[in-house]
Amino acid sequence: MTAPILKVEGITKSFGGVQALRGVSLEIGSGEIHCLAGENGSGKSTLIKVISGVYEPDAGRIEINGQQFSHLNPKEAIGLGIQVIYQDFSVFPNLTVMENLALNMELMDNRKLMNYRRARAIASNAISQIGFDVDLDERVENLTVADRQLIAICRALLQEAKLIIMDEPTSALTKKEVKALFAVIKRLQSRGLSILFVSHKLDEVFEISERYTILRSGENVASGNTEELDRKTFAFHMTGREFADEYYKPAGVKGKPVLSVRGLTLRGVYSDISFDLAPGEILGITGLLGSGRTELAETLFGILQPDSGGIEIDGRAVKIRNVKSAIRRGIGYLPSDRLTEGLFQPQAVDRNLVITTLDRLSSRLGFLRRKAIAETAMQWIDRLSIAVRSPTLPVRTLSGGNQQKVVLARWLANDLSILILNGPTVGVDIGSKYDIHALMRKLAADGLAIIIISDDLPEVLACASRILVMRDGVFVRELDPSATTESKLSELSTGIA
Amino acid sequence: MGRMTKRSEPYILAAIVVLSLLIQARSGQFFSGNNLVDLARSLIVPALFSIGCMMVIVSGGIDVSFTAIASLAMYVTDRLLLASQYSGNVILAYAISAGLGLLMGALNGFLIGFLRLPTFVVTLGTSSLFTGLMFGAFSASASDVPPSIARHGKEILFTATNPKLGLTSNMPSQILILIAVLLFAFFLLRYTMLGRGIYAVGGDETAAERAGFNVRGIKMFLYCFVGVLAGITGIARISMMSYADPSTMLGMEMTVIAAVVLGGTRVTGGVGTLVGTISGVALMTILSNSLILIGIPTYWSRVFTGAVIIVGTGVTAHQIRSTRRRHTQSQKATV
Repeated sequence: MTAPILKVEGITKSFGGVQALRGVSLEIGSGEIHCLAGENGSGKSTLIKVISGVYEPDAGRIEINGQQFSHLNPKEAIGLGIQVIYQDFSVFPNLTVMENLALNMELMDNRKLMNYRRARAIASNAISQIGFDVDLDERVENLTVADRQLIAICRALLQEAKLIIMDEPTSALTKKEVKALFAVIKRLQSRGLSILFVSHKLDEVFEISERYTILRSGENVASGNTEELDRKTFAFHMTGREFADEYYKPAGVKGKPVLSVRGLTLRGVYSDISFDLAPGEILGITGLLGSGRTELAETLFGILQPDSGGIEIDGRAVKIRNVKSAIRRGIGYLPSDRLTEGLFQPQAVDRNLVITTLDRLSSRLGFLRRKAIAETAMQWIDRLSIAVRSPTLPVRTLSGGNQQKVVLARWLANDLSILILNGPTVGVDIGSKYDIHALMRKLAADGLAIIIISDDLPEVLACASRILVMRDGVFVRELDPSATTESKLSELSTGIA
Repeated sequence: MGRMTKRSEPYILAAIVVLSLLIQARSGQFFSGNNLVDLARSLIVPALFSIGCMMVIVSGGIDVSFTAIASLAMYVTDRLLLASQYSGNVILAYAISAGLGLLMGALNGFLIGFLRLPTFVVTLGTSSLFTGLMFGAFSASASDVPPSIARHGKEILFTATNPKLGLTSNMPSQILILIAVLLFAFFLLRYTMLGRGIYAVGGDETAAERAGFNVRGIKMFLYCFVGVLAGITGIARISMMSYADPSTMLGMEMTVIAAVVLGGTRVTGGVGTLVGTISGVALMTILSNSLILIGIPTYWSRVFTGAVIIVGTGVTAHQIRSTRRRHTQSQKATV
């Protein structure tokens, strides 16, 4: 390893009695891509904020480029070449690419007037550094998420960054965009920059980083060369739990199919989709974004109407005209974007839990029965082991995995026979992910018919009893998860061998 | 294909042209000198208000108190000058009124910028406070204007006559104030970091803070600016009317906000231009002033104004939605 650009030792930090960091150490060499991994609440964000000068640590040392500090302020950190790229990128959606790139620089130089010629020069210099081709006069809101991220990276480079900290940079990117981002990261590395890549996604850690540090509950649990890491140890270090590789084998598919789809077609999106689903089965549907998988799910849930083809439930042909009729027929749908589609974020957990069954929880006059509501909410919290301190806290205070459980509970409260899950563990940490998988298997074993749509291939392999691969709107192959591999699946869904 | 069609200024300018041609074709009076001067005259006060109003909306806020500030500032100034029998230059009237407006705007700015209270609630509250003070503490009623203001009201730049009908209209000198304020606001918004900061705050307040903008300072400035502008507008208004009616401007705030939004200013903040804003005000002024030329009674003009607001803002909302859809589709297509 080369001389470290950053070395922190024995950092502790507590917030009102809660110990967020307990003597954490981290060392990053210059020109190194280092991955910082850990579950939600492991202290990753706190550590980043200590390094970038937002928080003052209670104890410990920070060494940057050989200089010792007990703490930094944000301006000093920037001056030392430390740049953080936040998850929201901190861009101005309403301003042009040019202004987004130049404004920070101009502010740092304490300028009072805006000189557009200088701004353009700054901006074109910035994008040329990573070979990013973009219209400088376009408003940032019209760009893709990936392009906004590149703008944040270019802006960091302008301020002579030596270490760029990327906080979960891939969480909103498609696979292709992740590839492009990795190419940019490699390019930065070749120019001698160090990257601290914060992630909890194993594949990415393996693909991009040379060294890793894993935190759990505010402590270092492991660090070393990424080459020497494997999936099982990674999951173990992250969660402190051992996970066995699991497959779901239905204990015996119970009787006739509850759902049959025949030749379903939505012009331009998907065509001639046919499959059967029996109680106790978990059908995995995998495919790339844009393969039609989400639209298929939305059709089954009555959000979209097919152009032709038929849907049968319990052997009877049905037309699912809208969401209400889907729910009446016992279909539940867990959207991929639970934040905007599934939950009332500022509302309490218990209210979110009972929203779908309010008619059962109110008196004949239509008044809500508070006691019954509280009891029902507690039952669900117990049954799905939702980690929440009090049921009256707003849902947005829960971790992703627990939010997902709240959405699940809502559906389970209705008499459900078919549950469709779209990307059920996107943005969820490993521990909760395993919990959700276990829950799915249990629900299926109890007789629910489940469709899981996911491009997380290990997830599909671990949960589904049958896998359908979708590409460009058609099913290309049906596979048995115990007799296939991740690479086979990926080959089929991309069409690239 | 591009940026131009996504903006709303071209549409609203087109609407103004079509409407003027229509009125001209039916009445032959629209493009007469005196009608145009009358329009300009009616436009001055709402246009002055709209400039500050647009800037606040761009910053992600909303201000409904500017008419109350204008009324109280001009009324107190008027009584002060009458009581002191001052007969000098009108500049003093503008200065006092602007100063009072500054104080009232600073109260808004303090509550919004420093105590971080929601802008709508704050300005609704101060609006009620200021009107209450005016009618309660100062028991305001229509009053004469001091000689300085009266003289200022008679200063005219030129007179346009309509030979056919023998009507004459005077172009008031207050239009120069509007032009000066427009030039100032244009320079501020486009060429100063403070102006760009207003847009930045409206785009993403957290990002603005991280970038190093003084967000509190920007908000403080904005509401103070609106206050000063309101104070000036108040004097401009009573000088053109030659008497000080405390309720003459109250209620105008909704029309002004509607004109600003019609002019393409995004209600959620971040986007808005002076050209769009003035076009919005112009369209509203034509609707309320000139429809009578083609025999549409005045009360109907309110119906038209309402319809234009709904259609205009509806079109803007639709544009935003369809760009977003196109955006997600193209995102999918690249995968």
